[in-house]
Amino acid sequence: MTRYIVQRMVGMLVVVLLVLTIAFVIVRLAPGDPAALMLGPEATPAEAAELRERLGLNEPIPIQYLSFVGNALRGDLGTSIFFNQPVTRVLLARAEPTVYLALFSLIIALIIAVPIGIYAAYRRGSWLDQTAISTAMLAASVPSFWTGLMFQRYLATELGWFPAAGYGGPDADFWVRMGHLVLPSIVLGIVNSALILRFTRASMLDVLGEDYVRTARSKGMTEWRVVLRHALKNAAIPIITVIGLTFALLVSGAVVTERVFNIPGMGNLVVSAVLRRDYPVIQGTLIVVATLYVFINLLTDLLYLLVDKRVRY
Amino acid sequence: MSASALADEPGFLEALFARRAVLVSLIVFLVILAAVILAPLIAPADPSAMSVRNRLAAPGGDYWLGADAFGRDVLSRLLYAGQVSLTIGCGVALVASVVGIVFGLVAGFFRRLDGPVSRIVDAMMAFPDILLAIALVAILGGSMINVIIALSIVYAPRIARIVRASTLVIRELPFVEAALALGSSTGFIMINHVLRNIVSPIIVQATFIFAYAMLAEAGLSFLGVGVDPSTPTWGTMINEGRQYIDQAAFLIFFPGIAISVSVLCLQLIGDGLRDALDPRIAKEL
Repeated sequence: MTRYIVQRMVGMLVVVLLVLTIAFVIVRLAPGDPAALMLGPEATPAEAAELRERLGLNEPIPIQYLSFVGNALRGDLGTSIFFNQPVTRVLLARAEPTVYLALFSLIIALIIAVPIGIYAAYRRGSWLDQTAISTAMLAASVPSFWTGLMFQRYLATELGWFPAAGYGGPDADFWVRMGHLVLPSIVLGIVNSALILRFTRASMLDVLGEDYVRTARSKGMTEWRVVLRHALKNAAIPIITVIGLTFALLVSGAVVTERVFNIPGMGNLVVSAVLRRDYPVIQGTLIVVATLYVFINLLTDLLYLLVDKRVRY
Repeated sequence: MSASALADEPGFLEALFARRAVLVSLIVFLVILAAVILAPLIAPADPSAMSVRNRLAAPGGDYWLGADAFGRDVLSRLLYAGQVSLTIGCGVALVASVVGIVFGLVAGFFRRLDGPVSRIVDAMMAFPDILLAIALVAILGGSMINVIIALSIVYAPRIARIVRASTLVIRELPFVEAALALGSSTGFIMINHVLRNIVSPIIVQATFIFAYAMLAEAGLSFLGVGVDPSTPTWGTMINEGRQYIDQAAFLIFFPGIAISVSVLCLQLIGDGLRDALDPRIAKEL
């Protein structure tokens, strides 16, 4: 088992290195001089030359690459052109709303999806099952920003049930800030519940057909115990996998949702960075998010070891 | 075994339309497609004709779906914008499939390249789709072609992964060995024996990518980092309508419905194709 964990760690390192490489390559795909692009059309050639020098763009590409990877592994993701601050600091300053938004919406998604998924599988083919799958399919087809705009327009602006936008201002109290995340989290939670619901239902369906479920029933166990103790426990693995996978969905959703509700998080930061051509910030966000994704999926794989005693590596 | 043979079986269409929802989605999607293609003939007005007097006119009367902030007819704009949105979705599905097939076949066929290609695919898939697309469009510049390129780079790894997995299975089958023994070239085997047998999972996945790409394009346009804002797409229409959401929510409502219905139809068609092409799963439902 230790060997398996070590193997996975090495595999993860390789993927993280490739993530860094891809992030490096993407910025170099830019047609023309990246320094001139970043500064915009008003910049003088002297300014561009100065920025090129500062970013090390005059070095040969292999040297640039090595120093980029070396710096990134030491936690230095470069300097934001716009803020003139280290990218890591800029990102950290915007991390709080994004992290809470992702966390709350994941919790909401699980609260919606897991019980309905279990029940839909249990009553497979019933109208409730059919409604659940169709609704999930619909939720996965509606753009999350559109749902966000509609909820904002009718539930916040018109009915005043929630704060309509923002993050409560710079001096807002923690609970005020969290209050601003309620509606965005509901929107993102609904969007992300679709995938989890489908996975929960599918894996419960697999397990409910197993021999040991029949055995448990024939022993006279109550249905509750059969479904929750025997079936759910064994269906947990695919559900954990999909939670790991929804991370990417959550981040994509957060980028757009933050823009809808004007929340000063990492998503809003990266979109502003695109409009300001602040490439180091874009690159840094890509690296941080992709590395987190790789790490979370390693964690969910390791969780299998705890949940399912049959899994032995 | 052969998937192309499966598609020719008389039961294929019956299997595909066994669920009413699939048939309905196909019809609805074809209607949307026809309306969008025929936009120049059926659009009630010129999509860029402005009329200050009718700005933000409510749906009804001369403007079936209302008029936007410049007094332009929303229905006509929806039809023309659909051309761009659907072209991007379809273009991404095609380009991503071709690129994914090449990488997937290479990884599945040549053992020495499998490791590197698979790791690159893993790394590409670690980036959330919108985020990677934003970065690529930011670097390449926002035009329809660049959005198609960016989203194809985002979705090609999904096809590559499926093609690789199927290739690994089929490569070991006796008919491939027989073809090798007969002296067929690697390229011929890859295309004629392997690719022909994995067409169905690729078609299913390409249908889903069509849907995801339309959602992603709408997201990019909404964020203002997609196609040039002067080109109407369903996403840019929502973005433009946003500032008038309190007076004229219909400006956002209709393009949102257009996206949702198209994507829903595509997803249901994809589901139906998967069930019809793989009878094992169909029984589960």
